[in-house]
Amino acid sequence: MSTEETTGTTLRGGAGEERIRRAFSEAPGDAALVAYMMGGYPDLETSRKIARAYVDGGADVVELGIPYSDPLADGPIIHAAGTVALRAGIVVDDVIELGRELSPDVPVVLMTYANLVLHPGAPVFLQRLADAGFSGLIVPDLPIGEEAEDVMAACDAVGLAFIPLVAPTTAEDRVREVRQAARGFLYAVSVTGTTGERGSMAEQFGEVVRRAKASGGDAGDTGIPVGLGFGIATGEHAAQAVAAGADGVIVGSRLVRAAGDEDPVASVAAVMADLVSGLGR
Amino acid sequence: MTPATHSPEIGSERRFGPYGGRYVPETLIPALDELEAAWSRLRNDTTFRSELDGLLTNYVGRRTPLYLATRMSAAVGREIYLKREDLNHTGAHKINNALGQCLIAKYMGKKRVIAETGAGQHGVATATSAALLGLDCVVYMGVEDMRRQGPNVQRMRLLGTTVQPVESGARTLKEATSQAIRDWVATVEDTHYVIGTAAGPAPYPALVRDLQRVIGDEAREQVLEIAGRLPDRVVACIGGGSNAIGLFSGFMDDEGVRMIGVEAGGHGLDSGQHGAALTSGVQSGVLHGSLSPVLQDHNGQILEAHSVSAGLDYPGVGPQHAWLRDTGRAEYVAVRDEDALRAFREVARLEGIIPALETSHALHYVLHEPAPDVEMEIVCLSGRGDKDMAHALEGLEELEGPDFLKHDGHDSVAEPLGEDPVADQQGDGPQDGAEIR
Repeated sequence: MSTEETTGTTLRGGAGEERIRRAFSEAPGDAALVAYMMGGYPDLETSRKIARAYVDGGADVVELGIPYSDPLADGPIIHAAGTVALRAGIVVDDVIELGRELSPDVPVVLMTYANLVLHPGAPVFLQRLADAGFSGLIVPDLPIGEEAEDVMAACDAVGLAFIPLVAPTTAEDRVREVRQAARGFLYAVSVTGTTGERGSMAEQFGEVVRRAKASGGDAGDTGIPVGLGFGIATGEHAAQAVAAGADGVIVGSRLVRAAGDEDPVASVAAVMADLVSGLGR
Repeated sequence: MTPATHSPEIGSERRFGPYGGRYVPETLIPALDELEAAWSRLRNDTTFRSELDGLLTNYVGRRTPLYLATRMSAAVGREIYLKREDLNHTGAHKINNALGQCLIAKYMGKKRVIAETGAGQHGVATATSAALLGLDCVVYMGVEDMRRQGPNVQRMRLLGTTVQPVESGARTLKEATSQAIRDWVATVEDTHYVIGTAAGPAPYPALVRDLQRVIGDEAREQVLEIAGRLPDRVVACIGGGSNAIGLFSGFMDDEGVRMIGVEAGGHGLDSGQHGAALTSGVQSGVLHGSLSPVLQDHNGQILEAHSVSAGLDYPGVGPQHAWLRDTGRAEYVAVRDEDALRAFREVARLEGIIPALETSHALHYVLHEPAPDVEMEIVCLSGRGDKDMAHALEGLEELEGPDFLKHDGHDSVAEPLGEDPVADQQGDGPQDGAEIR
């Protein structure tokens, strides 16, 4: 593992950030595996079993998505899964309860769009997450800047890691700004596009990870690990991400597609086995 | 309340009070920065300005008339002027923005534009502008809207645009917009997103307003020429709010001119089925990149709007309108489907103008809401109603039964004349000086 030791400094993201950092630094093999699932897809009971298969299959962090009416950053697979879950009546509370059940066994970060955080008010919403044992928060339509300020402060106040994203289009000086704002890990988006499986993109990985880590030597840098996501679907992709220098790989659409199979638990377990073998475990 | 914030270097608003902002995936932030910088440069660039002004004059047909609607005026006992945006090329105010943005795209070196459309008016305006300027164009449209607006789909295709059907959600404007934004996330390096209304992430609300303010600037100049005074109020319909903000902008600093926005009341505000984000007093939320009042459920899931007019069938509203409401500078009201449908017929018969169903909401308001303090007003006739014919007549028939087109007790289709077998065989039409009435 390439993640620097974080002892001796107080982490701004509190207990949540500490737990995520530990999951990255203590991950077996070459890098941490962050496994995304759509909460309540294909149904609540099956999604509980899928979460269990993630933990048993070697997920170091579970990224738990809330189905949302207008998921702008998501490609067709995750969008469709969210629509199925919404139609089945899954609500925010159901997903928070899933996280509560899961969090004793694995650090859980919530992936949600901004309106679900802002609607009840960020402090109220985030306190509920913290009380349920969540460790972090990813909000793809809340870019670093004045939009994210209040939510970041509210995360810090309750000990949740606010995990921002950088994209291939992000300028170098802005990458530095986002990296310095990151708690837990920095989410590096591997492609210019929405979530979803793609063909080989290994040639892009190196540049994306290099840019995400470029400011690593700055004074005051917190040695934040970099997780690479969007389009990583196989063990081979995972190995390429590691070779590019990623501290973690984030897998979403491939696992969500497996969750829609006839035997979701077996399909998910097979995908997890492929991914961990790519991570040298 | 915080005052409007400006991006530091260039003075284009990113927020209007608490509303607006840039709630988008990180991938799009550089493109929004680039657009903001490009617009701050181009709006004062003489080459760009003269090219755009030339096209607005010679291609779009500006300036549009400000017409004193005499029979409407007589009916209500005050002077009503109509700003005739329906006389623009493609039949609505949408072309002002679409053409401006396509020209910006060209100056920015983008080869491809994308757009969302509901009724198809913005899609047609963008397809038209893209054809004129030699840009590739893809328009996202919900399959439900494609079904209802077949002729506009054909127009776009004829103009060389690819219409991309959107299958998700209710298959209407909200989903089409989301899908256009997803396309932009993946193609942002060579593509400009031509948003159709004064909403979306900054700088779009300010940019679209700037391109639409030609409506208000012209109307102000014209009313001073014609009447020698400013109106007591200006009135426009509001979906996202682009024709309204364009009209209002011309009168913003004239404190004596009241500004009234007319939203889609649908089946009534109590029914939950409407498009009135401002009037219904709903909480603010994030939709399509900006913070503004938006129809949502108790969890924060965005709800579908309802309106008889596809152009007002949108759960959100532009952020500047929300701020104008809060500060009291503008007032907002809602008009129901059935009232808009009747105003559609009423204005056709009073003035010989078939208005868009969107516009018909504003027209109902001026024709039927008492306004004793108003002597003279301007209404934005934002578009023509040809696109709405089938839908509006169907709606009127549902309301009033088969006699809905009877006029002063007369049938609107007369009895057929007697047959003329000889003429029919020869194909010559009526003989012996007979006329068909």
